[in-house]
Amino acid sequence: MRPLLYVLSALAVMGLAFWAYHENYKTQQALRDVEKLQHEIGGLREELGVLRAEWAYLNRPDRLRELADINYDRLGLLPLTPQQFGRIDQISFPLDLFKEMSQPIDLAASLEASR
Amino acid sequence: MIRTPLRPLARILSARQKGENPELIERENIRLRHEEMRDRDRQRAEGRLLVMGAFFLFAFVSVGLRMGVMANSEPSEPRSAVSGASIIAQRADIVDRNGRILATNLLTHSLYAQPPIMVDKERVARELVAIFPDLDEAGLLKQFTGARKFVWVKKRISPEQQQMVHDIGDPGLLFGPREMRLYPNGKLAAHILGGSSFGREGVRSAEVIGVAGVEKTFDTFLRDPAAAGAPLELSIDLTVQAAMERVLYGGMKLMNARGAAAVLMDAHTGEIVSMVSLPDFDPNTRPDPPIKGVASDSPLFNRAVQGVYELGSTFKIFAIAQALDSGLVNPSTMIDTRGPLKWGKYKIRDFHDYGRQLSVTDVVVKSSNIGTARIAQMITAERQQPFLKSLGLLEATPVELVEAPGARPILPRKWSEISTMTISYGHGLSTSPLHLAAAYASIVNGGTRVMPTLLKNNRAEVGPRVVSSETSAIARGMLREVVVSGTARFGEVEGYEVGGKTGTADKPKERGGGYYDDKVIATFASVFPANDPRYVLVVTLDEPVETSGKEPRRTAGWTAVPVAAEIIRRAAPLLGLRPAIEQGPPDRLTLASN
Repeated sequence: MRPLLYVLSALAVMGLAFWAYHENYKTQQALRDVEKLQHEIGGLREELGVLRAEWAYLNRPDRLRELADINYDRLGLLPLTPQQFGRIDQISFPLDLFKEMSQPIDLAASLEASR
Repeated sequence: MIRTPLRPLARILSARQKGENPELIERENIRLRHEEMRDRDRQRAEGRLLVMGAFFLFAFVSVGLRMGVMANSEPSEPRSAVSGASIIAQRADIVDRNGRILATNLLTHSLYAQPPIMVDKERVARELVAIFPDLDEAGLLKQFTGARKFVWVKKRISPEQQQMVHDIGDPGLLFGPREMRLYPNGKLAAHILGGSSFGREGVRSAEVIGVAGVEKTFDTFLRDPAAAGAPLELSIDLTVQAAMERVLYGGMKLMNARGAAAVLMDAHTGEIVSMVSLPDFDPNTRPDPPIKGVASDSPLFNRAVQGVYELGSTFKIFAIAQALDSGLVNPSTMIDTRGPLKWGKYKIRDFHDYGRQLSVTDVVVKSSNIGTARIAQMITAERQQPFLKSLGLLEATPVELVEAPGARPILPRKWSEISTMTISYGHGLSTSPLHLAAAYASIVNGGTRVMPTLLKNNRAEVGPRVVSSETSAIARGMLREVVVSGTARFGEVEGYEVGGKTGTADKPKERGGGYYDDKVIATFASVFPANDPRYVLVVTLDEPVETSGKEPRRTAGWTAVPVAAEIIRRAAPLLGLRPAIEQGPPDRLTLASN
């Protein structure tokens, strides 16, 4: 009985050692992955910063003004003036907004056609 | 353990034979036994103490060793922790009130050379000059062939230039990463942002430090890692700033002015929505400060904050407001305006002769120096001084610019009665346009003190009271009247009920000794809408001349006022102000029949 116990406990120690080493290597691999990912995140953040700077540069008022001047006629632009403020009651109410939906398929067809 | 009997029979018997007391033997034995027990107990206690001592020694030694190890180990980032805060730059961004970027960072490279490992020095120098035309070929070659082991070639280069240098293919040319401050909007808000430069420099990195403006004021905040890259939010509105800069530039050219400044401020919170000073500069390539000449000629000079001038008749409303507030006059009190008003050797004159007397309202509307001086005489110097102090006109503005504390108002050396009289119409006390804007905001917003600020401020805190709300309403009415029928009729903008006061002050000679005859500072301080003030706008033109008429016109009504009106016309819709509906003529009776 006793020799069997010895053998069993020795086997258990070997098994546990194997498991512990295995876990250790897995942890190290996970840490390496995290490090790689963080490096990638850092790179992406840096790229994001550059893109934000570029976005701000492309949207600078000087450039937008030049673009507006170039496309003034083509887009039918007007300078922003106080007269352009409107009131909500100056807009006519869209009459066909709430059509009676007796025939849903017809309504869908008419909407398709009006597009 | 063999226990010794207390009364050993043999000794007892022999003692009895000798006639001794056997009790003594017993007592002796008890004593010995107790001594033995005591020794054993002591030994045990000593053993326990030793174990305890060893335990504590071990504990302290292990703590000490751990501390030593931690103190000596290299710091390393936690490898398994998730990265939370996104600190990517060593300096935080600066954004406007809507979150649009005013200043950010960009990663570039610096170029340096190590001559000892350079292969073909002549060729490298030649090709570098081809890429960077501002370098000097002979100088470079001299540096490369000298005894130096390390040479800075360029502090910042673009990626394209980096590739071109890379294509030279010499091992002695090396790049170091550099973080660079970028102002994507160029000249916009240049005086507010200031600029930045490199501090301590190394091959691997360089410190970016602010040199002027908010960059310098908030240098520690922008570089604080604990802020986790949170941007600095200014009260500036980028679109309004761009529109105002453009209109003011056009106005400055049209009026042939040397310079111009404008401040647009929220009348209740003191937030500066837009502040422009022309001429301006590009903070990306900040020019060097001037070594000679007048400081105000340099584009670095912020006229809105540093330009301390006598601002003329715009000051009249302060004297009138104080007189109204202390009950000395009411709007219809008649004031004697016969001129010239003599005080000692001084004479005070008006631009025109306004007859025998004017009401207080007309003194403001027609801008009578004599009338205002007479009111100032009623106020007296003892009361005028604290009132101007409560408006913030006697000390530097608290605005968050590094230049602001240096721009102190210039006060008269002795505040006599004549000083009181001249200050009431804006001569003898020099302030910046920003001072004027803050003081106007304090007067018109209902009468509470306003502190100018460049930081976005979401809560409106009510400052100490300067004048009563009734006085504030009367002052607004007077300012409105100036635009409707007074000196600022060009300032009318339909729908925005502009109120304001003009000021034309002769420019003092730089070397002292009086004033120029043909050089003025024209100022228009305005508030809109006058019935419910939201914003205060101050426009100042330096030496403007309007030449469309027969003779050149220099008064503010012809120069600063039209520019300010155009700014309001452009900026008010951008600020989301809806024009008030005009009161049309009353309906006539129309014929109708059924």
